Amino acid sequence: MMSTNGTRSYSLRIWRQNDNSSPGALVEYRVSDINPQMSFLEMLDHLNDTLERKHEVPIAFESDCREGICGTCGLMIDGRPHGPAAGLTTCGLRMRQFADGATITIEPFRANAFPVLRDLVVDRQAFDRIIQAGGYISVNCGQAPEANSMLIGKDVAEAAMDSAACIGCGACVASCPNASASLFVGAKIRQLALLPQGQAERSRRALRMVEAMDREGFGDCSNHGECEAACPKGISIESIAVMRREYMRTLLARG
Amino acid sequence: MDFDIVDDRLNSGAPEGPIETRWDRHRFDLKLVSPANKRKYTVLVVGTGLAGASAAATLAELGYNVENFCIQDTPRRAHSVAAQGGINAAKNYLNDGDSVWRLFYDTVKGGDFRARESNVYRLAQLSTQIIDQCVAQGVPFAREYGGTLANRSFGGAQVSRTFYARGQTGQQLLLGAYSSLMRQVDEGRVRLHARREMLDLVLVDGHAKGLITRNLVTGQLERWAGDAVLLCTGGYSTAYYLSTNAVNSNATAAWRCHKRGAFFANPCFMQIHPTCIPLQGRAQSKLTLMSESLRNDGRIWVPKNKGDARAANEIPEGDRDYFLERIYPAFGNLVPRDVASRAAKHICDEGFGVGSTGLAVYLDFEEAIARLGRDTVEQRYSNLFEMYREITGENPYAVPMRIYPAPHYTMGGLWVDYNLQATIPGLHVLGEANFSDHGSNRLGASALMQGLCDGYFVIPYTLGNYLAGQKPGSTRSDDPAFNEAETSVKNGVEKLLSIQGNRTVRDFHWELGRILWDQVGMSRDPDGMRRAIGEIRSLRDQFWQDVSIPGSGDSLNRSLEYAGRVADYLELGELIAIDALHRDESAGCHLRLDHQSPEGEPVRNDQDFSYVAAWEYTGDLSRPRLNRERLAFENVHLAVRNYK
Repeated sequence: MMSTNGTRSYSLRIWRQNDNSSPGALVEYRVSDINPQMSFLEMLDHLNDTLERKHEVPIAFESDCREGICGTCGLMIDGRPHGPAAGLTTCGLRMRQFADGATITIEPFRANAFPVLRDLVVDRQAFDRIIQAGGYISVNCGQAPEANSMLIGKDVAEAAMDSAACIGCGACVASCPNASASLFVGAKIRQLALLPQGQAERSRRALRMVEAMDREGFGDCSNHGECEAACPKGISIESIAVMRREYMRTLLARG
Repeated sequence: MDFDIVDDRLNSGAPEGPIETRWDRHRFDLKLVSPANKRKYTVLVVGTGLAGASAAATLAELGYNVENFCIQDTPRRAHSVAAQGGINAAKNYLNDGDSVWRLFYDTVKGGDFRARESNVYRLAQLSTQIIDQCVAQGVPFAREYGGTLANRSFGGAQVSRTFYARGQTGQQLLLGAYSSLMRQVDEGRVRLHARREMLDLVLVDGHAKGLITRNLVTGQLERWAGDAVLLCTGGYSTAYYLSTNAVNSNATAAWRCHKRGAFFANPCFMQIHPTCIPLQGRAQSKLTLMSESLRNDGRIWVPKNKGDARAANEIPEGDRDYFLERIYPAFGNLVPRDVASRAAKHICDEGFGVGSTGLAVYLDFEEAIARLGRDTVEQRYSNLFEMYREITGENPYAVPMRIYPAPHYTMGGLWVDYNLQATIPGLHVLGEANFSDHGSNRLGASALMQGLCDGYFVIPYTLGNYLAGQKPGSTRSDDPAFNEAETSVKNGVEKLLSIQGNRTVRDFHWELGRILWDQVGMSRDPDGMRRAIGEIRSLRDQFWQDVSIPGSGDSLNRSLEYAGRVADYLELGELIAIDALHRDESAGCHLRLDHQSPEGEPVRNDQDFSYVAAWEYTGDLSRPRLNRERLAFENVHLAVRNYK
């Protein structure tokens, strides 16, 4: 299989679907001349170039920054969100991580709350609606006090930053057997619950965000822990415990 | 080269008098919209990066109705998210000699005297409030043990005024602005329209009053009527194909505004960032930037002997040339971006480059690890080291990184006055999409500052001045101007789909990028630029005859989206080359081989070129009209930039 110039070939099984109301199916493709340094998405670019030259409709997939921070790309690769490497988004994968001649199955992130728009592209606006329910601090521009008038310990700031690192890619949802968004929601609740600025709306935030998550059709968390393993940014499952605690605290306070 | 000159017609409208009080006096002179009337006005905001999200949220907080558009699936993915290093502010928390005046001075000088003094001063003044605002939103900036905000020195500054959140400052600032935006969506004051691409600006009686967008999922063309338009759509570095920008970043919205009458200023001012991971092959789709904070501790070098084939670690100290430290002893590895980029290019052009292509220099942390300990280096840079390891497969703790410059940020953009209004009344341009603050070279950690300054603290005041003179809600989307614009967009889409040629869109884009990078890149000579103009024209003709776009216009079609953007770049690319050829001097990023000192430093011609070149579309792409805004340097006196 290995070519003389060190490039590789692969068999791909890729999900094709015209839109959300049409059925989809896995379609087989072959790619060759793949340099092991190429990124996974460049391999797909290469396949699409080949299809376009034949006047065939290329595979719709999404990506933007291609450096792991925007959260746009997100593919199920051989059944794992963002593929086999821990701590990477799809765009960070390199073909050297796939053995020459391998068969690779590529599907969209699947969840009821993430409808497929076309091929590998899904709609993740449910995440925006959850943030709209309370993932913010209600301060109007112009009202802010002098920044150093509020001291925040380095450890607290660091812990908040750990949660704030979420890129909203949806890998947590795609990996979860229940398609729960608890890791995503928990990360934002934890970030803002840790910070003094977040205290005033702490209760309302937890309640509204959890309710929004349920309303969007995400499943419940039953502690599988798949989300933490799939998260490219290492968001800890402790966030989910914080979310539950904050939610219960609010319910109890209300009696 | 053919163009007509209309001299000195452009006036920034900045107030006269002492620069320290210009903004205060101007704010008092601006007209206000009463609180009860604000809700009657609708503002169309295109883009949701730092400038767009901050503007949309803040205008909604004031009570305006806002319609907000982005091409991404959610506003949180705008490319501001990728900025790593930090945001400047003249807080002087470290008591190390910083001040508003110094930030102003550094920015004007760093921009090589091609920025507008009034705007830069205002930016420096407002910088401190940005940090307050972001902290209030819950942005988790880095902090000291005592709980105060941490600062670092960044990209050529001799004071430590940069605030940061690990290597993800852009992400955290964007999520802050995004959270404020989401709050306004929840309150019903902002309506969000994701996966929409602006394809035309609608002018009614010469004023910007509407948009035509394409729904990127259904292909449907949509009309939006409003009382003013804010364009916050970023820069155009991806004209060069390979750049540090996101692959969907594009100039289409700005370019369509240009063709409706907005002047395009200084298009040739394109910044090359020094610390990027070098190119590895033809299939590569983007270049990855690593924050230049790496230059705070990393030392840049090449072997002293050409063709030294030894591994980096086997080359002894005496055989290494730390060329930045050698040429610029005062600033060393921290010289501004343009200076660092050019020095790396020169040394590689002379045959000292490393790696398989010879187009790379070493960035070495051995000394830093010995001095600070591995833990500290890890704390400061672990995410960048990890990123480098993922891409190259090499461990930068053990062997030096290889870096090379890449297109990164465009200082040029649509011309705006002091109120951020373009030459089309009602059209306001914010952030990287405008031209005003960075001259011919932007300093590190200043882009985030400018985007947020425009959105949080400038436009909320200046937009009112425009709207106060407009009758609210007077434009309807059945106005004939909308018919004309929609038809023109529809014809454009159909024309693209009808070509059915044999070359991919990416092929054309790659070719355009090669022309621009080779001839209008880091060093530019007149013959090369003339050649580039001819080549771009001919490439554009080929594109319209031979591009292949499969699929239809009434569905999600990424080839079609991409084709529209590349078609616009094939036009803007020519203007970049024309502007570069016309600017018969060197300035900042714009190094002309025919205007350099014996040491290879850029030589300005202040007598003839101390102006903003604002290009007007005439209907003939090859014959634009040049409008000049004269620049006055009353506070920072013209001087040769010297970092030695």
